[in-house]
Amino acid sequence: MADATHEWVDDVDVPITVTGFKAPVRVEYLVTAGTVTTRFLNGIMDGRLEGRRCPVCKKVYIPPRGSCPTCAVPTTEAVDVGPRGTVTTFSVIRIPFEGQVLEPPYACAHVLLDGADVPLLHIVGDCDVDEIRMGMRVEATWADERSPTLSSVRYFRPTGEPDVAYDEIREHV
Amino acid sequence: MRPVHVVGYARLDALVRDTDNDEAEMVQKATAAALADAGLERSDVGFTCSGSNDYVMGRAFSFVMALDGVGAWPPIRESHVEMDGAWALYETWVRLQHGDVDVGLVYSFGKSSLGGVSESRTSELDPYFTAPLGPGPDELAALQARVLLDRGLATERDLAEVVVRARQAAARNPQVPDPQGPLDIDALLAAPWSAPPLRAHDGPVRTDSAAAIVLKVGGGGPRISGIAHRIDPHQLGMRDLATVPSAHAAAVAAGVDFDRLDVAELHASYSSDELLLRHALGIQAHTRVSPSGGALAANSPMVAGLARIGEAARAIRAGARHAIGHAASGPCLQHNLICALEAE
Repeated sequence: MADATHEWVDDVDVPITVTGFKAPVRVEYLVTAGTVTTRFLNGIMDGRLEGRRCPVCKKVYIPPRGSCPTCAVPTTEAVDVGPRGTVTTFSVIRIPFEGQVLEPPYACAHVLLDGADVPLLHIVGDCDVDEIRMGMRVEATWADERSPTLSSVRYFRPTGEPDVAYDEIREHV
Repeated sequence: MRPVHVVGYARLDALVRDTDNDEAEMVQKATAAALADAGLERSDVGFTCSGSNDYVMGRAFSFVMALDGVGAWPPIRESHVEMDGAWALYETWVRLQHGDVDVGLVYSFGKSSLGGVSESRTSELDPYFTAPLGPGPDELAALQARVLLDRGLATERDLAEVVVRARQAAARNPQVPDPQGPLDIDALLAAPWSAPPLRAHDGPVRTDSAAAIVLKVGGGGPRISGIAHRIDPHQLGMRDLATVPSAHAAAVAAGVDFDRLDVAELHASYSSDELLLRHALGIQAHTRVSPSGGALAANSPMVAGLARIGEAARAIRAGARHAIGHAASGPCLQHNLICALEAE
């Protein structure tokens, strides 16, 4: 609402006109992995992929979850899975973006590790991206120096085994 | 109104640093224990609602990951508030009023130990005038405490008395960290100021935890006789910081009878908060305030308010007739929620 009697006080000597300011907010976190994920990461240091089985539905999760998302009970049993698995679905990245680690083209894939019931999102390498297909058999290739992260697996490379039929992986696509 | 009862409650032991459990694991333990307390199964739950905050947990969509702890398959009716779990309880209470669902599961989780609490709380301030100054929760509480002292409404000795009572209560509560430091008022007053006029002990013991409450239409046990929340202006300069009108308004709307109130569990994160709330609400001498140790003895972000309602329900189960659980949010007690409980 305009106020006809209002006058801006503009004869005050204001040395600067503020047109903007920066107020950066930075928050640092010290994240704790928890016992289940800590086991998983320590397993990677040993060159193992350790999943976790739900005592009710018997599904094996990797990366492991401390609580079964379907049954809402603690997952109790540690299970080694892989290192071989099957590509259930994939996507070839051909465009560059900021912060990109790998040089395009490369392929991200869901890899259903042998012994696991959920696919793991990772990279397929050591082959032409145009050769990658659903049902292709692959195995983990480890980095020369391992750290407690999934990037200790450099990529999954083709094993040359016969492809797995779509009907066997359709639930995991 | 449909009669809604608190039929189950559980909180995880508040730890200064929980390195064993991630979100889902905390939620799994808390919700399973609350359902067991209620004698109900997961399949009995018609509506699930959580309260949590991504800035606290330091990762996007942390509440989605936490759903692993309740099991969302087959698909469940589920909702989330980016607030303390007390507001998730409010939403659940409203949902139960619709008439088609009879059991609601409420939970919240939060970790202080990750380090995001103080810094991220600054982001909830107005972005032009207050946030650039960077006050964290300690400084905001100190601002309000200063007004309280300058008006002659309280003394530093009064603040220390609140701390002593909270520590004595904490010593009786096995679910909160053992109180550290003196129980003597003069010894407390000898400590240096941290954010004047507050001392470090005027603030909460910051903890990691989760809590869960099961609500049921009918079913006996503590009944929600009224629940309401109100909000004061966001701009601190538009408020008289010596008063908390929204807390009073929420209590009136929730129909609290302070003449008959046995227990008030207050979400007072600072000793000054407790004095402000006692005054604003008109809490009388016969009412026991925060017998659990309150939000001073253990303060898990997004959990401290929900736990107040749970502890009020516990007080009813232990023999009290009337109790309130209070939850606060925002800078300087801006939001206030009151859940009034009575014995059936």
